[in-house]
Amino acid sequence: MKQRLIVVALLLGLFAMLALGLRKDPHEIPSPFIGKTAPDFRRPLLTDPQRSFSPADLKGQVWLLNVWASWCSACREEHPALLELSRRRVLPVVGLDYKDETAAAKEWLQQQGNPYGTVVVDPDGKVGIDWGVYGVPETFLIDRQGIVRYKHTGPLTADVLETRLLPLIAELNKP
Amino acid sequence: MIPELGLLALIAAFWTALAQGVLPLLGVRRQRPEWIALARPACALQTLFTVIAFACLTWAFIADDFSVAYVTRHSHDALPLIYKIGAVWGGHEGSLLLWVLELAGWSLALAVVSARHSPRRIALPAALAARVLGVLGLLSAGFTAFILLTSNPFLRLLPAAESGRDLNPLLQDPGLVFHPPMLYMGYVGFAVAYAFAMAVLMDEDSRSPSLQQAWADWARPWTLAAWLFLTLGIGLGAWWAYNELGWGGWWFWDPVENASFMPWLAGTALLHSLAATNKRGQFPRWSLFLAIVCFSLSLLGTFLVRSGILSSVHAFATDPKRGIFILGFLATVIGSSTLLFLARAPRNEEDAKPVALLSREAMLLLNNLLLLAACASVLLGTLYPLALDVLGIGKISVGPPYFNAVFVPLILPICLLMGPGFLARWGHNEAARLLRQLTLPLGLCLPAALLLPLAWSSWHLGASLGLFAALWIAATHLQQIILRLSQGQRPGRPWWGMQLAHLGLALCVAGITVVKTYETEDDIKLVPGQFVQVGGLPLHFLGVSAVDGPNYQAQRGDFLLGEQRRIQPEKRQYPSSAMPMTEAAIDSTPLRDIYVSLGEAVGDDGAWTLRVYYKPLIGWLWAGALCMALGALLAASGGRRKP
Repeated sequence: MKQRLIVVALLLGLFAMLALGLRKDPHEIPSPFIGKTAPDFRRPLLTDPQRSFSPADLKGQVWLLNVWASWCSACREEHPALLELSRRRVLPVVGLDYKDETAAAKEWLQQQGNPYGTVVVDPDGKVGIDWGVYGVPETFLIDRQGIVRYKHTGPLTADVLETRLLPLIAELNKP
Repeated sequence: MIPELGLLALIAAFWTALAQGVLPLLGVRRQRPEWIALARPACALQTLFTVIAFACLTWAFIADDFSVAYVTRHSHDALPLIYKIGAVWGGHEGSLLLWVLELAGWSLALAVVSARHSPRRIALPAALAARVLGVLGLLSAGFTAFILLTSNPFLRLLPAAESGRDLNPLLQDPGLVFHPPMLYMGYVGFAVAYAFAMAVLMDEDSRSPSLQQAWADWARPWTLAAWLFLTLGIGLGAWWAYNELGWGGWWFWDPVENASFMPWLAGTALLHSLAATNKRGQFPRWSLFLAIVCFSLSLLGTFLVRSGILSSVHAFATDPKRGIFILGFLATVIGSSTLLFLARAPRNEEDAKPVALLSREAMLLLNNLLLLAACASVLLGTLYPLALDVLGIGKISVGPPYFNAVFVPLILPICLLMGPGFLARWGHNEAARLLRQLTLPLGLCLPAALLLPLAWSSWHLGASLGLFAALWIAATHLQQIILRLSQGQRPGRPWWGMQLAHLGLALCVAGITVVKTYETEDDIKLVPGQFVQVGGLPLHFLGVSAVDGPNYQAQRGDFLLGEQRRIQPEKRQYPSSAMPMTEAAIDSTPLRDIYVSLGEAVGDDGAWTLRVYYKPLIGWLWAGALCMALGALLAASGGRRKP
């Protein structure tokens, strides 16, 4: 009898764990950058290679860095969410065009719509390495002091936008 | 029209599977022969409907019907025909349909074989056969319901897409076309052993020793066949990863790989335990238990893969609804069979027979315990990150260091046991004979294992240990072959099959040991005209040129290995998915592979970064897996005499 109880309890434990595990997202990986100063860089803009952008330019503002590429199919998936975010004008959205061709990237933005105020190019992926990017798309939220406060790996969804990003942005934007 | 026909057939398959499941089981209980007799025709009908459904989906792929959402997601009109067919199971919905198809195939095979009376086997009573088919019918119904409710592959996309998003280029390899079907044949095949175990437990006479011995006889060929496919599936997967991914690796202890490896380990234990139950009536409870464990692990594997609960290189889209359904199914199957087992399995106290310490059954038991411990360690490593995440302790991943540290010390004693285990006789305790016969192999293997590593770059203890295990298996088994033949004995096919499978394991152990110890990996930059030394041969870089494939453009590197071997790795660009793919080029000999993959072009002088691997004895792995599978085939094909 005792043996049966143990077996049943063990099985129940296993199923409970699996059921709870279903509610977790394995792709959500904590970034060691959260709470740290955002890595610095200076890179040319996609539209105008003469000009360049650096995170220092946005010091004092809450801003968003979205890593994308024209070859990335998941970026297509998150594009509506990004367009929606940019339409709300709650913060500057910077795109980091990761390991991409300039012409392809420009064409892609023309077709899909451009949610970015600024697009910086990272053709050799060096900025991506500094920021710990391991898959495209990835999205970082940086506060006024230039500290990374949130990172999302994989495509943004309307759900992530409403429940995570926007509340956090509102909080960080409070005076 | 055809996709709707497929859906209709699938719905019909569900209802016939349900009939196949419910009526015969009730019929046996209520003694209604006409219900019992329904098992076979229902099974045949269900198989027919499933085949129609699968054929309709295949047709939608071949005919480029992009009004079917699933086809749009996984195919493209420029895809070569063979990959269009492979793409049928390139995604979640289709692979489940393949699963159901194979389950139907196994059920039908069982229905046909069990109807024939073979003089070499104990006849399978009609009631028991009906129960086995009934259990299989319930499993089919469960999986078909899963497809219909959460993963319908025939959903239309209106308006139709112009073309598809293409099959993931990684999956465009002959390896993919065969890897999942083989693997599933293994997973699903264990359902037959499971159904036998369930039918035995449902039997009014479930504790009778003669029934225990008989079911082991019936289930053994089916288990062997499932194990054969699983072995081939895992082998093909490793081979495919090695050839296609371009990282030179073949096993990553990834959750999905573990999901296939756990049933393999449990299945190996089951095979050996069934042998003891069949021949000696030993460990009846243990065999039933293993049959349940083995199939439960197959289902758990399906759950882990299909729910996206664990992060894996084999990741599919996460859909919580699917996860809940499979989890419910898993809980029902494992829960009901565990309860049935606890209530009806033969008790240890009643029929435990004394086991002599150095008898074959003792060795088999030890082998079983070690295999199950290895299996449990893999399970622990696979589920541990999930447990921590659920408890909110943190996100971790468990990687090769854990698995290598835990797994190797458990597998090594298994290999060492195979020598004496194979020599020992059933029910006899013959220390003197064992010692006498093992002296010669030991005397040969020990110095050989100590010296052999010197054939490669340097001496390592680990290499010596691994090679000793491999040589030990080979020597003890070859000794037995020579002994038996010189005594004029004519062992049957099962005996030869076992020999071959064990020697296959020896090949694998030798291959893994040497490649893990002595492989080299170099990242280098070469300008055309330069060369690099690899595995004692010069590798000349001649240049890179552009070539066009059927549905991609490629940069093809040209290398000369040694005097005249040409090696041409490629970097392919598939227009539909924009991600570049590396096609490694491999020069193979029995003793080593030289493996080159292209990196990036750097600078203006035609220089490229390259990754060059030297992989000694890697081919032995593939040969070993093949020998194991052939051994299983040989063993399954030969009948046992009535005990």
